[in-house]
Amino acid sequence: MRTYFIELSYLLASILFILGLKGLSHPESAKRGMHLAEFGMLMAIIGTLMHLEIVTFTWIITGLVLGSLVGLAMGLWVPMTAMPQRTALSHAFGAFAAALVGISEFYRYGGHLETITMSALGFEVMLGALTTTGSLLAFAKLQGLVRGTPVTYRGQNIFNMALLATTIGIFLYLIFVPGSMTLFFVMVGLAFVFGLLLVMPIGAADMPVVMSLLNSYAGLASAATGFVLKNNVLIIAGTLDGFSGFILSILMCRAMNRSMTNVLFGAFGSAATADGSGSQQGTMREVSLEDIAVQMAYANKVVFVPGYGMATAQAQHAVRELADTLEKRGVTVKYGIHPVAGRMPGHMNVLLAEANVPYSSLYELEQINPEFPSTDVAVVIGANDVVNPDARDNPGSPIAGMPILEVDRAKSVVVLKRGQGKGFSGLENPLFFKEVTGMLYGDAKDTLTKLVGAVQHA
Amino acid sequence: MSADNLIAALYVFALAAFLGYQVISRVPPLLHTPLMSATNAISGISLVGSIVTAGAHYNTVSTILGFTAVFCSTTNVVGGFVITDRMLRMFKRKPTSEAEGRKQ
Repeated sequence: MRTYFIELSYLLASILFILGLKGLSHPESAKRGMHLAEFGMLMAIIGTLMHLEIVTFTWIITGLVLGSLVGLAMGLWVPMTAMPQRTALSHAFGAFAAALVGISEFYRYGGHLETITMSALGFEVMLGALTTTGSLLAFAKLQGLVRGTPVTYRGQNIFNMALLATTIGIFLYLIFVPGSMTLFFVMVGLAFVFGLLLVMPIGAADMPVVMSLLNSYAGLASAATGFVLKNNVLIIAGTLDGFSGFILSILMCRAMNRSMTNVLFGAFGSAATADGSGSQQGTMREVSLEDIAVQMAYANKVVFVPGYGMATAQAQHAVRELADTLEKRGVTVKYGIHPVAGRMPGHMNVLLAEANVPYSSLYELEQINPEFPSTDVAVVIGANDVVNPDARDNPGSPIAGMPILEVDRAKSVVVLKRGQGKGFSGLENPLFFKEVTGMLYGDAKDTLTKLVGAVQHA
Repeated sequence: MSADNLIAALYVFALAAFLGYQVISRVPPLLHTPLMSATNAISGISLVGSIVTAGAHYNTVSTILGFTAVFCSTTNVVGGFVITDRMLRMFKRKPTSEAEGRKQ
């Protein structure tokens, strides 16, 4: 009877999770969907607490209470600009939990597990371990604790491959010759190290792909836990998470016209500088704030193109203020969002939504590109590679073929930039040298706030 | 795990993967960040495994590992859902008329 109740609670949870994710297909149905998923989670936890094997609740309750407090604190107070870091940290937590459950199961049976269970357990522990350290390093890079530039050395890929091969070798050995505790822990240790090595050569600009990939690994680790514990809700939820991450990483790769292998092993942004460095002719034209304000005030259509620079400058509210001021004057304002702008999928959308920009004004790449020729002013805020015309025009460019926001087709382009330096990828951007382009240097938030005033007086 | 168990589990895995693909490819890029935090919260369901490990008292090591796992997963579940809710509340439709805009 009890078993039926537990299993039913899991079945209910599985259905509610799927409905919850289905709700995310539209912002209006999303909130309700999430409430369903939350209810499903609650049911599954209550069901689990009835489990016959449980003899003491002390540690369960302590863990639940402490975890809820930390989770609540993070959930309520993490600023939206820090969302990529928070997500990286939560991938680490989820994967670590999966790894720990696997280690505990292995330890409990003294390493003597059946072939099938051991296979699943090996996957669980390896994926869990490498995702934990990989995500922690991603977190450190995003938080600025370590430098975001890729770390490379000679023979890196060969070394990493050798390490991975050793780890998998031990895993295979353990499947067929069970029982060695020492080898198991060596395998776990190597997987932890591999996670670090995997993320080390990846630059900050490639973070959206890495985040999605780690998301996928964390989910698959959970799914493997389900195989070990013979628990269907775990398999279902883990697989949904794993596939969501997988789909996102494919979308991100496509948005950069690069293959997954290239992102993982290409160490973008370190070797790329050689090409095209001397090829730029002309000078960047610096424009005055007042000129731009007048241009915008009398424009018919203005399109904002935000990038990671908007997040670092916390300029999203200033953007919205400027947009409001323009709209009051009858200017049509739209936003063009590149899929890989920012540090995680959807990063820019969330920041603009936080600043009360209605989601109907946010346009995807394919929707906004045909509108640029009829745009009077395109305002690029701290974006670089996603508006680099070289991707379209120069087949020799390292980012050739990457779909870009074609701001250079607008009648006039204003680029808000912190300084004259190159972007994260170290690539020269011909957009900055074009005749239509004017540069406004300085802190984006500051510049935008001044523009609001200037537009009002125009 | 017996072969029958494995096959049943693989069925569940394959169907969940297929369903996941269908459902998630319909999520617009607009909601990709909430999607990530939502799936994160949902995969915190590994909590159900951790709970049993923490409470069953197989041995001290398992209890410690289980407790840590419960803590980590709960952080994800609670944090993930709270933050997803917070984000989704921010996504607003355009105010329908000027009057509504001024009311705020």
